[in-house]
Amino acid sequence: MGRYIRHACAFCTLLLAALLANAARVQVVQSGVYDGNPYNRRAEIARYGRPRGDILVGGEPVTGSVDTGEQLRYERTYKNGPLYAPVTGFSSQSYGTTFLEHSGDGVLSGRDPMLSPLPLWQDVTRSASPAGNVVTTLNRAAQEAAYRGLAGRKGAVAAIEPTTGRVLVLVSSPSYDPGELSGNGEAVASAWARLNHDPEKPMLNRAVRQTYPPGSTFKVVTAAAALDAGVVTDVDARTGSPDPYRLPGTRTRLTNEADGCGDASLRSAFEWSCNTVFAKLGVDVGVKDMVATAEAFGFNDTRLRIPFWVARSTFDPRVDQAQLALSSIGQYNTRATPLQMAMVAAAVADRGQLRTPYLVERTTRRNGETVAGSGPHPVRQVMNPSTAERLRELMADVVREGTGTRAAIRGALVGGKTGTAQHGVGNSGVPYAWFVSWAQADDSLEPQVAVAVVVEDASANRGEISGGGDAAPIARDVMRAVLGR
Amino acid sequence: MTKAGTTLAAQASPPVVRLRRRRGIELALIVLAVLLSVYGYCAVGLARAGTVPPGAVGYGAGLGVLALCAHAAVRIRAPYADPLFLPIGVLLNGLGLVLIYRLDLETPGHETAPAQLVWSTLGVGLFIGVVLVLRDHRVLQRYAYVGVAVALGLLALPILFPPVNGARIWIRFAGFSIQPGEFAKVLLAVFFAAYLAANRNALAYTGRRLWLLQFPTGRVLGPIVTIWLLSVGVLVLERDLGTSLLFFALFVVLLYVATGRTGWIAVGLLLAVVGAAAVGRTEPHVHQRITDWLHPFATIEAGQGPNQLSQSLFAFAAGGVLGSGLGLGHSVLIGFAAKSDFILATAGEELGLAGLAAVILLYALLVERGYRAGLALREPFGRLLAVGLASILALQVFVIAGGVTGLIPLTGMAMPFLAQGGSSVVTNWVMVALLIRVSDSARHQYDGREAR
Repeated sequence: MGRYIRHACAFCTLLLAALLANAARVQVVQSGVYDGNPYNRRAEIARYGRPRGDILVGGEPVTGSVDTGEQLRYERTYKNGPLYAPVTGFSSQSYGTTFLEHSGDGVLSGRDPMLSPLPLWQDVTRSASPAGNVVTTLNRAAQEAAYRGLAGRKGAVAAIEPTTGRVLVLVSSPSYDPGELSGNGEAVASAWARLNHDPEKPMLNRAVRQTYPPGSTFKVVTAAAALDAGVVTDVDARTGSPDPYRLPGTRTRLTNEADGCGDASLRSAFEWSCNTVFAKLGVDVGVKDMVATAEAFGFNDTRLRIPFWVARSTFDPRVDQAQLALSSIGQYNTRATPLQMAMVAAAVADRGQLRTPYLVERTTRRNGETVAGSGPHPVRQVMNPSTAERLRELMADVVREGTGTRAAIRGALVGGKTGTAQHGVGNSGVPYAWFVSWAQADDSLEPQVAVAVVVEDASANRGEISGGGDAAPIARDVMRAVLGR
Repeated sequence: MTKAGTTLAAQASPPVVRLRRRRGIELALIVLAVLLSVYGYCAVGLARAGTVPPGAVGYGAGLGVLALCAHAAVRIRAPYADPLFLPIGVLLNGLGLVLIYRLDLETPGHETAPAQLVWSTLGVGLFIGVVLVLRDHRVLQRYAYVGVAVALGLLALPILFPPVNGARIWIRFAGFSIQPGEFAKVLLAVFFAAYLAANRNALAYTGRRLWLLQFPTGRVLGPIVTIWLLSVGVLVLERDLGTSLLFFALFVVLLYVATGRTGWIAVGLLLAVVGAAAVGRTEPHVHQRITDWLHPFATIEAGQGPNQLSQSLFAFAAGGVLGSGLGLGHSVLIGFAAKSDFILATAGEELGLAGLAAVILLYALLVERGYRAGLALREPFGRLLAVGLASILALQVFVIAGGVTGLIPLTGMAMPFLAQGGSSVVTNWVMVALLIRVSDSARHQYDGREAR
């Protein structure tokens, strides 16, 4: 009998050995396949298992995390959510992440290997480094001023620091509270549906993802092209432009809102925003040089990241003469994001140099140690420094005595350009009010802020919409906030 | 010393061999097992709440007192017993309580660890009772037929109660739910051992020869086949296929050990394959299990999300080699059976392959010690009883662990000592008590101090 007991024992041993071999197969050999299965919720649980890092504005977090005690434990909270929504975006357990929450996700979720001082050691100890923070370049006061200025009207504000490219303001209105989308419950799903079906499009980031016809504000670009190409050498010389101007090859006659545009000088045409003069100037400069200048400012660039992508602003290079004339006054296919127009103003303000804008100053560990700085951003000479100097004068004139007087600030040099952009089929839509400007305090050696404001304002009467009236005061408030005046 | 010399000396006067009782080792191992369990309990609390759980002292004291009482009983009535059975039982039961407590934290309002502790206490109480009262395991032989009648009654009882999760294996009354099939396991093992011990010569050497097989006469084989068919038949009715498979395998193993006929294994395997195929075809419940086993991710591909088996595989995989650490895994995703059928997945996830291997090796050690006791005994009933009990453990561990790791189709069975379930814990303690009794006899018979 002993022999058979041994056989039975060997059989049982075999069974248990098979268990061990199979366990090794599941836990070691196949584990990668199982871990990577999208229905394995462990990665998601780990991701939300600890508080998310914060996004900082002016040293203060504008985000937070709340422990829900649910399986996906931490949910995102936002302080002043609608104000910062175009910057932070949302971080939702149901709908993913957008904007800084998205581009900074590695640091904010704590998965960025750079967060750990000793990554290999952490693999051994299985300790996770706490999530890091994203420090923005935003100016809190200016951001608030811009949001307050729009006061719920449809529109957007973008401001940058010309000498560095730091983005100071990104505001889109109407906005929404990203905190409504943080969780994964019923309320989040209905908020998502409501926000997506809202005709006002509150989730659209108008500052960087919406392009508008820039209208007369584009005349800054046209003027730069004309001066750089030598089409205009003296800003006070007569330009020989008729009023009205017949678009080349058509019978369409272009007119002006203002009087006294016939044969006006570049200075007065700029000051009073004469369409006829700039349409003719664009044609005189030619497609090639107009496109080159516009692209130097950043038009037609699909690669701009701040660090989330910015919609492409366009200046159509395949145009006939009449279309070129219209393009040169910011109509036809010319379209720009508010950020793009702020870049135009910044290049003028800072001797024709344009710095690639950026929104993230640095990323830090929980304790404030820097993980990664913003690093040097490329500088581009958009136009001759002398051209920039001429344009600074022209823009300053607009604010001192032209269409943009409402942007003036005591104790600072302010340059600006108004715009009222037609749009819609047969220009049927309510025009957009634009204002682009820059400011330099009298005691400062460098320009401190360049800003672009667009107000869609669908509710106002058409006749009352103007860049000088609606948009300029908002720009002024933003600039004053930056200058601290 | 020459062979002749040895023989001469042995004939002259029987050598007085004093066996070491090794109770000190048992005590040391029990203390270690209790400390390990308390450590696990604290580790769960530290990982989950950052503090040592408030019940740690009570838990440690409770487990410790239980284990020491059991140890005292063994010291008094089974001093020669193998010193590994009790510590392994304590460690597995302690680990089971830790895992259940840990899963309780994920399902507030459905705490089952306290009940499990009560059942464990009852189990250890029965263990002490068996060790104290049952002075000689051969007494059981006398009650084998009574036992099997009780076993069949117990097995049949749940038919009168409503099914739970597709199987009629529970009876519920006064808030308790009992799985009588668990108790029947031991009674049936005793009966098989008693019957085969009594009739093994007739089984092996009488009857007619058919091809390679020596078939015993119907008079000898008849009763035991009838009992076995009855129990398996009832279990199939109740859809408790794990236990019916267990009884079948137990029957074949004991028949083989008793008669030494390899042919029985061939017949057993053949019958098993035919039976499994037939049941797998006709019974939708089983068919589903087999489909799940062959395609664990079918429900995911069908867009219904992962089923329990795929969740279990996810849990094992997440554990890797070293595990996530106690309290830090997510095996609760498996769902309602995480504390019972799938408790091993928590061990696999939080203790890793290392911890899982340790658990399986503990079972292997328990089984091996059981077989060793069987080998050492001189009388057939004790031998078959030890082999039967050890085989039940091995088969049950294989069936349930193989099921949750995707090695074989899943059958709802309880991991001995680990899984939540009162009947199971109580039965397992009784089984360990019987093994201790058998192993005590096995070594006692060699002790020269007493003539037996």
